[in-house]
Amino acid sequence: MARFLLRRLVVALLVAATVMTVSFLLTRLSGDLAISIAGPNATQEDVDLIRRAYGLDRPLWVQYLDWMGRALTGDFGESYFFKDRVSNLIAERLPVTVSLGLVGLGIALAVGPPLGIVAAVRENTWVDRAVMLVALIGQAMPSFWLGLILMIVLGLNLGWLPISGTGSWEHYVMPGIVLSFSAIPSLMRLTRSGMIDALASDYIRTARAKGLSRLSILVKHGFRNAAIPVVSIAAVQLGFMLGGSIVIETVFALHGVGFLAWESISKNDFPVVQAVVLVLALIYVGLTLLADLLNAVLDPRLRTA
Amino acid sequence: MSEAVLPGVTVPERRRGRLLRDSGLVLGGLIVGFVTLVAVLGPWLAPYDPFAIDLTRRLVPPAWMEGGTPENLLGTDQLGRDYLSRLIYGARISMVIGVLTVVTSGLIGTTMGVLGGYFGGRVDDVVVFAITARLSIPVVLVALAVVGLMGSSFTLVILVLGLLLWDRFAVVARSTTMQIRNLDYVAAAWCAGCSRASILLREILPNIASHLAVVATLEMALAILLEAALSFLGLGVPAPLPSWGLMIAEAKEYMFFSPWVIMIPGIALFVLVLGINLLGDALRDMLGTDLSR
Amino acid sequence: MSALLEVAGLHVRFGEVAAVRGASLVVARGETHCLVGESGCGKSVTALAVMGLLARGARRAAERLAFAGQDLRDLSDRAMSRLRGDRMAMIFQEPMTSLNPSYTIGSQMTEVLRRHRPGATRAQAVDRAVELLGRVGITAPGMRLGQYPHQLSGGLRQRVMIAMALMCEPELLIADEPTTALDVTVQAQILRLLAGLQRDLGLAILLITHDLGIVARVAHRVSVMYAGEVVESAPTAALFAAPRHPYTRGLLSCVPVPGKVRRDQPLGSIPGVVPRIPPGFAGCAFRDRCAHARAECSGDVPRRAAGPEHEFLCTLAPDWARAEPVAA
Repeated sequence: MARFLLRRLVVALLVAATVMTVSFLLTRLSGDLAISIAGPNATQEDVDLIRRAYGLDRPLWVQYLDWMGRALTGDFGESYFFKDRVSNLIAERLPVTVSLGLVGLGIALAVGPPLGIVAAVRENTWVDRAVMLVALIGQAMPSFWLGLILMIVLGLNLGWLPISGTGSWEHYVMPGIVLSFSAIPSLMRLTRSGMIDALASDYIRTARAKGLSRLSILVKHGFRNAAIPVVSIAAVQLGFMLGGSIVIETVFALHGVGFLAWESISKNDFPVVQAVVLVLALIYVGLTLLADLLNAVLDPRLRTA
Repeated sequence: MSEAVLPGVTVPERRRGRLLRDSGLVLGGLIVGFVTLVAVLGPWLAPYDPFAIDLTRRLVPPAWMEGGTPENLLGTDQLGRDYLSRLIYGARISMVIGVLTVVTSGLIGTTMGVLGGYFGGRVDDVVVFAITARLSIPVVLVALAVVGLMGSSFTLVILVLGLLLWDRFAVVARSTTMQIRNLDYVAAAWCAGCSRASILLREILPNIASHLAVVATLEMALAILLEAALSFLGLGVPAPLPSWGLMIAEAKEYMFFSPWVIMIPGIALFVLVLGINLLGDALRDMLGTDLSR
Repeated sequence: MSALLEVAGLHVRFGEVAAVRGASLVVARGETHCLVGESGCGKSVTALAVMGLLARGARRAAERLAFAGQDLRDLSDRAMSRLRGDRMAMIFQEPMTSLNPSYTIGSQMTEVLRRHRPGATRAQAVDRAVELLGRVGITAPGMRLGQYPHQLSGGLRQRVMIAMALMCEPELLIADEPTTALDVTVQAQILRLLAGLQRDLGLAILLITHDLGIVARVAHRVSVMYAGEVVESAPTAALFAAPRHPYTRGLLSCVPVPGKVRRDQPLGSIPGVVPRIPPGFAGCAFRDRCAHARAECSGDVPRRAAGPEHEFLCTLAPDWARAEPVAA
């Protein structure tokens, strides 16, 4: 068990290093960074000045090592546009994105697994088909479009929720609903197939032979086993949701790191973009590690092996 | 014994399940076939030039709504361009991006997956690591960043999405290749002196193709959704082109007064993606492809 | 001896397949009753039907289905669940998968008592579990309570299943091929255990098996099942001494009996397999494989008495077999 987790940890560190390299190279794609920073109206002297000021005249590998070394200590440099430390900007915005992700995950967990259980219990009936239809619809719904529709219906027509912005908890409800749509179908399908397998298993027959109550059979004996993959996928899904929050934050003008990244991309503010990519990727790597850990905690066969 | 004891699904229920799958297949096929036809025949079907601006006829509602006219069946946009014509050209963009992205990512992912699955060992370790690393990179963000840095263009969107969406191809190609590698006929081909390349191309690839087709449908749906999202954020297909995502973005300002401006391209997008997913699900049920990671 | 479980005219259908067709059997208090037959003959389905554990989509009907005089036919699932695990218990063929991998042995055992004896405290449930684990021959029972199923061998898991089934002192234990998945030496231990429990606790056991060797060792009474029907039922000694149904005779001829079968003589076998019976099938289901099949076999088959408590289902007269010894 410890060996398994150690292996995963080593892989996670290697992935983190790879992601750092990718996010460094990402900003060098456009060719000459100094020209991009200087903007369209800059003279040659301006560009040269910027090149020297940002150390862009050094060989690429020196810049790379320098950036890596700083990034490891949490120093992502300074934003060209916001005139602030990148680390400050991210620290300021990250709570918004994480809250949004948790709201989205919370809604997804409140909807997906219960629907999956219902579908499995009523397998091959109209209930099951209706649930699967919900999954298909959720998968096909473009998130930004759903966001706009919610704005019109819940925000304008019904006036229940603020249309956009950051501030109170109410600002998280609509974006959270939209974000949850990206995780509900997979959580639902996974729960359904896991429950179908569990309900057909010998230990469920034993539980019935023991005369246990229906609730105990379904939840204690059935879902307990079906839940193991669901929990670890939920952790991974949270990572995907944080990564995908850029679209939703932009739609709802919710000022999280996604919105920050979008602003920075349109302002050619590379240090910020780079850092957001890296932070979100590292959070994802951390969450996959957490998923492995949860798996081990929940499955006695792994825990005691 | 087990056959008699455990038919949890009785025969009529099984038949009903198949009926459901078939209706999904038919509906999905109809939707995808229709959109493909529209995309191919676009220039002949579109009643107007999708780029022709007419500022005197801005935001005309669809024909069935109050104030609509039969000349513009789906109305006009904020620049007076015919919405139906733009929608038809938008179908071309979605389909072309969907198909070309899948071709690109399919080539990358299949190559990696087949190599990893066939050779195992170190090669496989590298492939698995590449998949893991790829999954940790936030797709939308990186795609946006690249397009933002290099300037939006049609080709760039395809290239970026193609380079980012290969992971599921690699996962499925790898696992199916592993299953097939150990089968007798592959061993027989090996013994008969076939080269590695010919075994990979003639024995393995045809046998995993059907599973890759399932992945292709799902990835195509994803690519179309992502293109729309990128274009919606202004960092996808460049402006005068009538991408459905871009149409929604341009219409956003007017949506509170005339919601149909976002409903029409949105529904088109939703229906197309639903159709592709229905097709993919039906295909998956028939083949039993396991897509869980 | 009074009847504990009475089954008459039991039918179970899965869609178009009739798995049990009018099976009848009676299990008396305190006796071991063996239900034998080939794979697919409906033994397990009969047991599951009695317990009310049939899969969804199965349809059950019976002329009589009573446990300790109580009619089970119209009992709700809730009421059945009160009986199951309390007064009637069941163990299964697959000890490796019949325990929930996510819970400890102790948790799975104590929940039975706590479900059916709401007054029992946790400590009482644990004591009972320890006592029973010891009773079924498990060493260090206190330690086993904290272990998970995957930490135990197949034989130990089956012992745990037995102990779990005994938590509420049931009157009837249904054991569905409890030793089939186990090693031969472990099989013998489990059988000895069941026989001992039966004797000590006055338990009635309905033991389902296809192994006639097991029947000969433990059964008081035997019912032979073929294609969803009980074709012959008799006290064990009578059945082995004078089998009447051609199918029973065929089964017995497949078993090597030391001293009765000569070394160079080939064992008997029954040609063909158990047929799948569509609903509405009439006559004897064995007639296609039977050497004595006659025209009458397509009509109604009479139930004949061949001795005290010895019945069989055949068109042949009870004394037909005298001329023809088994395995000749």
